[in-house]
Amino acid sequence: MSDIKAATLEYATRLGDDSVVLGHRISEWVSYGPFLEEDIAYGNVSLDYIGRARMFYTYAAELAADGRDEDDFAFMRNDREYRNLLLMEMPKGDFAYSQVRQLFADVYYTVLLPELLQSKDETLSAIAAKAIKETKYHLRRSRDWVLRLGDGTEESHKRTQKAVDQLWGYTHEMFDMDETEQLLADEGIGVDVSKLRDAWLKMVTDILTEATITVPEDSWAVRGGRTGYHTENLGHMLTEMQIVHRSNPGCKW
Amino acid sequence: MTNITEKLELFEVFVRSKRGLDHKHVGSLHAEDHEQALEYARDCYTRRSEGVSIWVVKSSDICASQEDDADCFYDPSDDKPYRHATYYVLPDPVNNM
Repeated sequence: MSDIKAATLEYATRLGDDSVVLGHRISEWVSYGPFLEEDIAYGNVSLDYIGRARMFYTYAAELAADGRDEDDFAFMRNDREYRNLLLMEMPKGDFAYSQVRQLFADVYYTVLLPELLQSKDETLSAIAAKAIKETKYHLRRSRDWVLRLGDGTEESHKRTQKAVDQLWGYTHEMFDMDETEQLLADEGIGVDVSKLRDAWLKMVTDILTEATITVPEDSWAVRGGRTGYHTENLGHMLTEMQIVHRSNPGCKW
Repeated sequence: MTNITEKLELFEVFVRSKRGLDHKHVGSLHAEDHEQALEYARDCYTRRSEGVSIWVVKSSDICASQEDDADCFYDPSDDKPYRHATYYVLPDPVNNM
């Protein structure tokens, strides 16, 4: 396998991991939403992310060409093999916490996907084209919620600020580059995420400011997701997510 | 689910399924305001590509006729068959109208 092909396989897996982990975290809200309409709406967002993961994993499996399929990527890898950003695996927390994480992720995809759309890799570009439309809607929702909660009651403001403070240190990793991603960026296949932070920060700052939330100082940062060093949360999440598949290997229905 | 929905407004949802057709009432939902109602309408009523346009209206803004009004609203038209086109016998030459 050529270096570029191997890097693309790794890249598709990373993007798939981000999507499936966040999608699963959102799905944990199903039947726990604050009210029925929101429960359905947030479930829809979860499905968008899981659908996105399927596209990335299917492509990864095609590149790997070793007999694995999308399900093997999602269900047969352990936490140390997962390469998702730590932000995505944080537990769902309270509703403010989930919506703040959602806002950080949605703004990230808002700046990332238009770049991925320009990829010389036709499959990655096609996935980006579909995902851009979904993200436009996701951001509309998470932005609305952060505004509502931040500029809402004393309690909702307090919880939203707390969530922002707790999650801020996990956002820096989103803009890290390593050899694999640098190679793909140089080839015009991957996105140079290190160039996206300014745009991300501006959008997030505008929204948080409007929501009367204070943007934290960059005083700490946690990293490791892209190299397989995760928080303890991912292992617990994967156990639940993978149990059915692993208990019934090869089961069809 | 708590009684949080009691604090929300009720909205009626109208969806136009195709260009050229009318908006049809499809149901109702709870939301904080019009903007949120529109988003929930998208998620609750157009999940299977049912629509090209959505209207949401506060249920409290709809003024509906009452059952009790049936006598004075509708009965008076019952004895006015001439308001129906079929009442009129057309002369033979315009058979194909």
